[in-house]
Amino acid sequence: MKINGRLLKISQPLPLAVICVLMFGFCFLLVPLYSVFCDWTGINGKTSGPYQSKGNEEIILERKVAVQFVSNSNENVSWPFKALEDRVDVHIGEKRQVEFNVNNVTDAMVVAQAVPSVSPSEAAPYLHKIECFCFQQQVLAAGESKNMPLVFFIDPKLPKHITKLTLSYTLFDVTPVVDTTI
Amino acid sequence: MNTNIVEGEQAHSHGPAKGIGRWLFATNHKDIGTMYLIFSLIMLFVGGAMAFIIRAELFQPGLQLIEPEFFNQMITMHGLIMVFGAVMPAFVGLANWMIPLMIGAPDMALPRLNNLSFWILPFAFLMMLSTLFMEGGGPNFGWTFYAPLSTTYAPPSVTFFIFTVHMMGLSSIMGAINVVVTILNMRAPGMTIMKMPMFCWTWLITAFLLIAVMPVLGGVVTMMLMDIHFGTSFFDAGGGGDPVLFQHVFWFFGHPEVYIMILPSFGVVSEVIPTFARKKLFGYHSMVYAIVAIAVLSFVVWAHHMFTVGMPLAGELFFMYTTMLIAVPTGVKIFNWISTMFKGSMTFEAPMLFALAFVILFTVGGLSGIMLSLASVDFVYHDTYFVVAHFHYVLVPGAIFGIYAAVYYWLPKWSGRMYDESIAKLHFWFSFIGLNLTFFPMHFVGLAGMPRRIPDYPLQFADFNMMISGGAFIFGMSQLIFVYVLFKTMRSGEKAQHLPWEGARGLEWTVATPAPYHTFATPPKVED
Repeated sequence: MKINGRLLKISQPLPLAVICVLMFGFCFLLVPLYSVFCDWTGINGKTSGPYQSKGNEEIILERKVAVQFVSNSNENVSWPFKALEDRVDVHIGEKRQVEFNVNNVTDAMVVAQAVPSVSPSEAAPYLHKIECFCFQQQVLAAGESKNMPLVFFIDPKLPKHITKLTLSYTLFDVTPVVDTTI
Repeated sequence: MNTNIVEGEQAHSHGPAKGIGRWLFATNHKDIGTMYLIFSLIMLFVGGAMAFIIRAELFQPGLQLIEPEFFNQMITMHGLIMVFGAVMPAFVGLANWMIPLMIGAPDMALPRLNNLSFWILPFAFLMMLSTLFMEGGGPNFGWTFYAPLSTTYAPPSVTFFIFTVHMMGLSSIMGAINVVVTILNMRAPGMTIMKMPMFCWTWLITAFLLIAVMPVLGGVVTMMLMDIHFGTSFFDAGGGGDPVLFQHVFWFFGHPEVYIMILPSFGVVSEVIPTFARKKLFGYHSMVYAIVAIAVLSFVVWAHHMFTVGMPLAGELFFMYTTMLIAVPTGVKIFNWISTMFKGSMTFEAPMLFALAFVILFTVGGLSGIMLSLASVDFVYHDTYFVVAHFHYVLVPGAIFGIYAAVYYWLPKWSGRMYDESIAKLHFWFSFIGLNLTFFPMHFVGLAGMPRRIPDYPLQFADFNMMISGGAFIFGMSQLIFVYVLFKTMRSGEKAQHLPWEGARGLEWTVATPAPYHTFATPPKVED
């Protein structure tokens, strides 16, 4: 395009439009980035997936910490969900199994998903779960009551000033989502 | 900057097209600028009417006039319309009118794109307003549309809201690309980038901000759309998503957005103050660097909007310090404006009054911003009327007074007629008093603990709220004076002089009055 006898480089809007498309993509990239960042720093109380053995889990310290369990149901969930033990005192490094119970009092099959969170969030990277019911969706038949296990241990690198931590589970009803994917 | 005065340009140029086609198929930057400005004025009154409804309900404690559900829709729509319908289009309108005139270009670089980006807007906002009449009502989740309020619990009309955001996002992006390309390519010979008028500089940076963050807004509403209709769970914890992620992504857009709404005002004030102080702008280079610094910092401070969300201490400290850092370049700008006025021969016509009120009241809003930036005390201020007071102090005397200053300043050149100075001053003083009466007491009720976005309040806040509602009434009504000034200018205003302000400098004053339909068909010479 020529204006006033000066040539206008019309190719210039193109890089700007490309920036727009890239920023749109970046917005979606923020989703995995956010998860990675939270996993990496342990902020947001997010716990990581199943513990990968590094061969040092045999160290058991004399020091004890209190682990409290909190169980919540999301607002649409009417099934009673609770930890069988409210609180356990464990040696650091010691593997411990606790159980949670959920009772599907409805007369339909439901699919539940538990979402964990650790408080203080600083402790989240030091709580290792070897086995957890939150790793899979839990299918509950009508009227079924189910005890669900959690096996965990506390990493010996846990900062000294943390003497008590809380592991909270919120139970969500994901039946509609699962239905649509089937 | 001395420039050759080019007159009688219109002698050999064709005029505008006849009838409605002139506006529908407009490619002339002045026509499109005018349409943007009129559109934003209409939206200002639509959003203002909603503010009236809000303040009428809050005039007394208890629920009198409207249902809480409708109150929620009003606060949401008021915010969305004022931000996206009034302030942003007004600045794009000013950019369309003034940037080609200021840099000596014949038009915007991409005139047809310009037409498209304007004509998307009326349809987008009609669609958004139509949601108020749909089943379940319009958007009721606040202008920040936090998930899951805007996904799981939203009214069915939320889909229309999402498409509205997509449309106006597209419009803004196209407008911004146009501004960047125009400024980078079409400056008159001799106008180097560091000789550009301040208004063009602020708009260049604003346009880059728009290009960077509007796609993020588009992305976040697309995620909402997918969560609502396609079974994804970006923001649904049950499916592995995270509602807090929404706030992060939203404010990654949202904080640069607030600078998008203020930077062009900085530019306007940097044009107006030197004119009426009859001195050159103090510290031009530092002004440019300050804008760039503000724009860069705006990308790393977003989480100060969400201090109470449960961030780790390190995060709170990081966002607190970066936020406080913004006060430095902003302070540079404020002191430069003051230094420009220092020992100047000042006169106080309407544009200068609005610009002065801008400097003073924007500083008030900036100081409450510093208070809010302190993470530890933000836990007290969060979601109270103190926040409402803060952002209205930066947006009303910031963005809106900046726009008024610009309109009064350039109206003689646009229309060829002078506005009535005494009525314009009346408009200013009523606005000034009304606005302070409205927003200053909000600091007090906010600090006393009155939460925002609630249609009722305890008895102890009654007196201040009555005062606020009264002030809002004065402020709203005084905007009708502005409409009257506009009509009076167009019908019976005195013919404006070629250079209506004796201290005015810059290329836009070298064209004939009123500005002919086509200007700078041959580029002007810019000399030092």
